[in-house]
Amino acid sequence: METAANSNGLKRVVIDPVTRVEGHGKVTLLVDEHNQIQQARLHIVEFRGFERFIQGRPYWELPMVVQRLCGICPVSHHLAAGKAIDMLVGAQKLTPTADKIRRLSHYGQVLQSHALHFFHLSSPDLIFGFKSDKAQRNVVNLLEQHTDIALKGVKLRKFGQQIIEAVAGKRIHGSIVVPGGVNRSLEPEQVRCFQQQMDAVLNWSKEALDLARTLYLSDREHADFGAIESPTLSLTGPEGEFELYDGQLRVKDEEGAILLDQIDNSAYGDHILEEVKSWSYMKFPFLKSLGKEQGWYRVGPLARVLNCHDMGYPLSEAARQELVDQCYPDNQQSALLYHWARMIELLYCSEAIGALLKDPDLTGADRIVTPGQRNPECYGIIEAPRGTLIHHYHINEQDIVEKANLIVSTTSNNQAMNEAVRSVCRQYLNGNPLSEGLLNHVEIAIRAYDPCLSCATHALGKMPLTVEMVTADGKLLGTISRSSQGASL
Amino acid sequence: MDKVRIATCSLAGCFGCHMSLLDIDEKLLDLVELVQFDRSPLTDIKHCQPCDVGFIEGGLCNQENVEVLLEFRRQCRILVAVGACAITGGVPAMRNGIDVRECLAEAYLDGSGIVNPQIPDDPELPLLLDKVRPIQDAVDIDYFLPGCPPSAEIIWEFITQLLAGKQPQLSQTSIRFD
Repeated sequence: METAANSNGLKRVVIDPVTRVEGHGKVTLLVDEHNQIQQARLHIVEFRGFERFIQGRPYWELPMVVQRLCGICPVSHHLAAGKAIDMLVGAQKLTPTADKIRRLSHYGQVLQSHALHFFHLSSPDLIFGFKSDKAQRNVVNLLEQHTDIALKGVKLRKFGQQIIEAVAGKRIHGSIVVPGGVNRSLEPEQVRCFQQQMDAVLNWSKEALDLARTLYLSDREHADFGAIESPTLSLTGPEGEFELYDGQLRVKDEEGAILLDQIDNSAYGDHILEEVKSWSYMKFPFLKSLGKEQGWYRVGPLARVLNCHDMGYPLSEAARQELVDQCYPDNQQSALLYHWARMIELLYCSEAIGALLKDPDLTGADRIVTPGQRNPECYGIIEAPRGTLIHHYHINEQDIVEKANLIVSTTSNNQAMNEAVRSVCRQYLNGNPLSEGLLNHVEIAIRAYDPCLSCATHALGKMPLTVEMVTADGKLLGTISRSSQGASL
Repeated sequence: MDKVRIATCSLAGCFGCHMSLLDIDEKLLDLVELVQFDRSPLTDIKHCQPCDVGFIEGGLCNQENVEVLLEFRRQCRILVAVGACAITGGVPAMRNGIDVRECLAEAYLDGSGIVNPQIPDDPELPLLLDKVRPIQDAVDIDYFLPGCPPSAEIIWEFITQLLAGKQPQLSQTSIRFD
């Protein structure tokens, strides 16, 4: 269903823009006279060019510039670049204070992003119904109709943002890393303030998980919704334990058997390639060993929870075991399982933050290690909220970035989201007149992956274009027309 | 009293300004008492109806951005540029010193681990502008809220003053430019 055998005479139906996701995407469907979908594609329509324009900049700008790829998970980009810079300057092992401050900020990041995704963006579909009135399917209505649920999401997100603010100085686009360490640790008073909130945060997190689990199990159809099978990729710790900040790459196949394990960050390029397709600015990564047809994989909450063998904290570990029983031995997993897994991770973050807040290293003064052997080719891989995030740079002797390769989380889910869309088309849309409610099913499958389309990456079109610029009262200011070098104002 | 109708969008931005709006936290309850959301990434309304206020995050990097901005200008009585990218182009405008074809080549032809190298050129993909532009290059803007992102406090201060029918006067100390 990726490409219609013959597009003549097919009707084009478009969902544009895909809403309640971050960034710009659209879905096009080509439909025949019997309402059978012949072609379904999720197009990512943004292009930024970070990998090129970062070249020629000094490396210390990286953490501040690349985090502006994404205002939802800036800490993940900031830390991934920071980890690459640690490697550049030869800071092999950070001080306990630096390691724990960075981890704390990242757990805050994942917690706030997951709360945002579940409560603010996706829960309206699950709570009001997939086909509910489109004017009602949003967080505003949730705030009005289910104030208690919505406020839980607001407060969880607030807590994560406050953790980030304490460490980074700002809630969005702050500053944490310096080469080989961090630029501040916490004050005892800040730690006490967060500790006082932990009981409430842990309770809200448990209730969030319970809500996601209950909503998933409330309808038997959910188990097949957008169901697909694929390998899963994530970082894990040395013993296969759950990791969000550091670790090595692991891949499991669709049945849960380990395909690759403990792959060093610097070897990612030996295992992952990216295919370009003409119809999307987002590339399609796949595992080299399996090839581009079979080797596409999934990342993110579900992949992480399935790939690890222990979450390391009692509540989230018990929840993980229940979820794993839902997933295997079936090879296919519903897209909606991502929400359940996401809330397990939210609970993990609460448990991990609670544990860290008892650790005196958070207020330690030893923040930076002495640099060692320089590595001009450097890597930073982290588990961002939406999945494995890969930063890879070449820095020359004058400290200038010569080359950059970024594989952002959502890119790794590109094929999976397209396949989930096609699965929903086969299951729900085929043979039916395409109502707004049915088209929302397509978006629900995409939303489950929590795509961050502005992170992911964009072309010189072929169409002639002239756009008029007008003022509010209709006065023509000028026109934009395309030149041979793209469009120009 | 009818609620004030507002619309929001992110053009070539990172959604950080939308996140900063959500950073008003519990005051969201007060906000939804006062306003109704039209087109926004937070709702499933795909096109703007006539609105009182439109908030634009992000600059212009492609044809689609321009079309969305024009839709907002047509439909919104008051248009507000929110954040560095809308006002100056911001970080995405770092590509302005480089030929756009070089940026595309780096991403799709010359990058490491690329299979099937080609520049995506499907008619479904919007045409790139040769330079990333601030939004006031294309339409008249009524208010500017600087910052990367503007703080939740200043966004809230701005909205409450505007909704009270005042000409917003923002305290200089709470405006930031980083």
